[in-house]
Amino acid sequence: MQRSNDLILKTTTTIIVFIIMGFSIYLFFAGHNAPGGGFIGGLMTSGALVLLYVSYGFKTMERVIRFDFKNFIPIGLLIAVLTGVGSFFFGQPFLSHTDAYFELPILGHTHLATAILFDLGVYFTVVGVTMTIILNIAADEGEEELSKQNM
Amino acid sequence: MSNLVILPILLPLLTGIFLVFFNSKLPLVRMITKVMVIINLIAVSAIAYEVVQNGTMVLKAGDWTVPYGIVLVADPLAMVLVVTANIVATACAFYAFHSLDEQRERFYFYPLFQLLIAGVSGAFLTGDLFNLFVFFEVLLIASYGLIVLGGTKEQFRESFKYIIINLFSSILFVTTVSFLYAVVGTVNMAQLAERVGEVEQGGILTTIAILLLVVFATKGALFPLYFWLPKSYTVPPTVISALFGALLTKVGVYSILRVFSLIFVYDLTFTHQLFIILAAFTLIFGVVGALSTNNIQLIVAYNIIPAVGYMILGIGVFSATALAGSVYYLVHDMIIKAALFLLVGAMAAYSGTSDLRKMGGLIKHQPVLGWLFFIAALALAGLPPFSGFVGKLLILRGAFEEGHYTVAVIGLLTSLLILISIIKIFIKGFWGEDKLEKVPNISIRNKIMPAAFLLFFTVLLGIGAEFFYPTVQSIGDQIIDPINYIDSVMKE
Repeated sequence: MQRSNDLILKTTTTIIVFIIMGFSIYLFFAGHNAPGGGFIGGLMTSGALVLLYVSYGFKTMERVIRFDFKNFIPIGLLIAVLTGVGSFFFGQPFLSHTDAYFELPILGHTHLATAILFDLGVYFTVVGVTMTIILNIAADEGEEELSKQNM
Repeated sequence: MSNLVILPILLPLLTGIFLVFFNSKLPLVRMITKVMVIINLIAVSAIAYEVVQNGTMVLKAGDWTVPYGIVLVADPLAMVLVVTANIVATACAFYAFHSLDEQRERFYFYPLFQLLIAGVSGAFLTGDLFNLFVFFEVLLIASYGLIVLGGTKEQFRESFKYIIINLFSSILFVTTVSFLYAVVGTVNMAQLAERVGEVEQGGILTTIAILLLVVFATKGALFPLYFWLPKSYTVPPTVISALFGALLTKVGVYSILRVFSLIFVYDLTFTHQLFIILAAFTLIFGVVGALSTNNIQLIVAYNIIPAVGYMILGIGVFSATALAGSVYYLVHDMIIKAALFLLVGAMAAYSGTSDLRKMGGLIKHQPVLGWLFFIAALALAGLPPFSGFVGKLLILRGAFEEGHYTVAVIGLLTSLLILISIIKIFIKGFWGEDKLEKVPNISIRNKIMPAAFLLFFTVLLGIGAEFFYPTVQSIGDQIIDPINYIDSVMKE
């Protein structure tokens, strides 16, 4: 099948993906004091990635993104569980979190909490699960077409 | 230290996560699984010993004070069940190495297996109704993965029913928890137990209790809601059937036991009378199913249902003796159902069919398997030297003491029918003329060993009843008088 030239789609995608990614990272960090957090941040990132897959196609993206999204799931789970286990070393009950204020070079007076690490785990898991589901279903479709062509 | 309480959940969870990373290296995955199930069993036993000796341990996750945070409560009842679940898991893990095809092992069998164990342990340990729901989902989602693993036609058909029915009951569970939260204002079980008596909303609370009963009855296969169980438990490979048969329904029974001994105890005449009626029907219908079929796996699957009936009977009678009997029977039944599924799986693997009419004379080829099965059959029916006897004796004695004669007689007759249904496999499958066309050249020694390991505990629980009984009796006393549970959660 001749592929139509979606120049407009591809050009806008390259710009918009950056905006969506930025917004997803903003949502991820905003979670403590405003609506947002790991879950919606992860979904938003997956949204950006899906937009890339839609406009550039499966094969191109395979060359650009070389890691397997399936691995994101155990990585995220591991981060989340280990932040819980970390409290063991300070003699605290499982999943205890702590926070403190730091003077950082650019950001100034900043409130840092270990809860963000747990959120990071959630973020990775959500990205992994969403992308695995979408890409696997998409891959199934491709296989069918491939087998049709071979017939 | 109170962090010990999280270990039965944390160890399998972490193992499961790590196994995903090494998924491509199958020998390594098998070795990690082998080592970790044993380490887990030892750790859990140590914690259980500690709990039985020194009393309930409570973990407040995140160091939040009790009604506000999540609590994990390791009381003797929960720990005994966690240990039993881990014994079953160990046997099933070792059976899996020799029975599953490589395709299934590669598609994340072991991570799903570990997540299932984490979910089951979590459901036993949690002290919070909503977390019970979450752990139910953890174990159910792992079980969805396991039931469809391999993707045969029958598995797809049965897993569809299984997922739909469980999804429906999970939705009802959330709805019910929200009703309860609206009335009582908490989901912490210990605080619920305190407040349920105070709010004076008898009618609505009884309604909520019955809704919860419907939820747990669906998960635990009670009388009108057991229809999904037998078929869907026999389509996956043997080791998965064994895990499901031993663990999943028992989590439902445990939830009924916990919720209806701790929270909803103000209107016993209605709720627990209902239990006794349901138990009677569950006993009858389950055993009729078991008698109706010639498929050996289906016979064992149907036998799960009358066993649930006995436990519910013990809960319905609601005396210390009957509750101790329920706990004893719960432990016995988890072990014996796993053992029976594994033995029947070995039989089917050896003779190449699970149809009883095509079997015969197996005792000449596999004497060890035959006699192990004979022991398992007697233990299931509840004959004296084995573990089934003690539990049934306590439940029925409790029923007679409290004057529930009809249901006790039904229980006794059901025992007889259970024996008939299971000994039929022994008589037709192991005795009689040899129907094997040629002796199959496969060794099933590795499949018999895990079953023998489980039967060892059956015999131990039966012969060593004198030794275990005081502990179980004290668990029964604690269930009927939950002040100990409430105090150990609320005081800190």
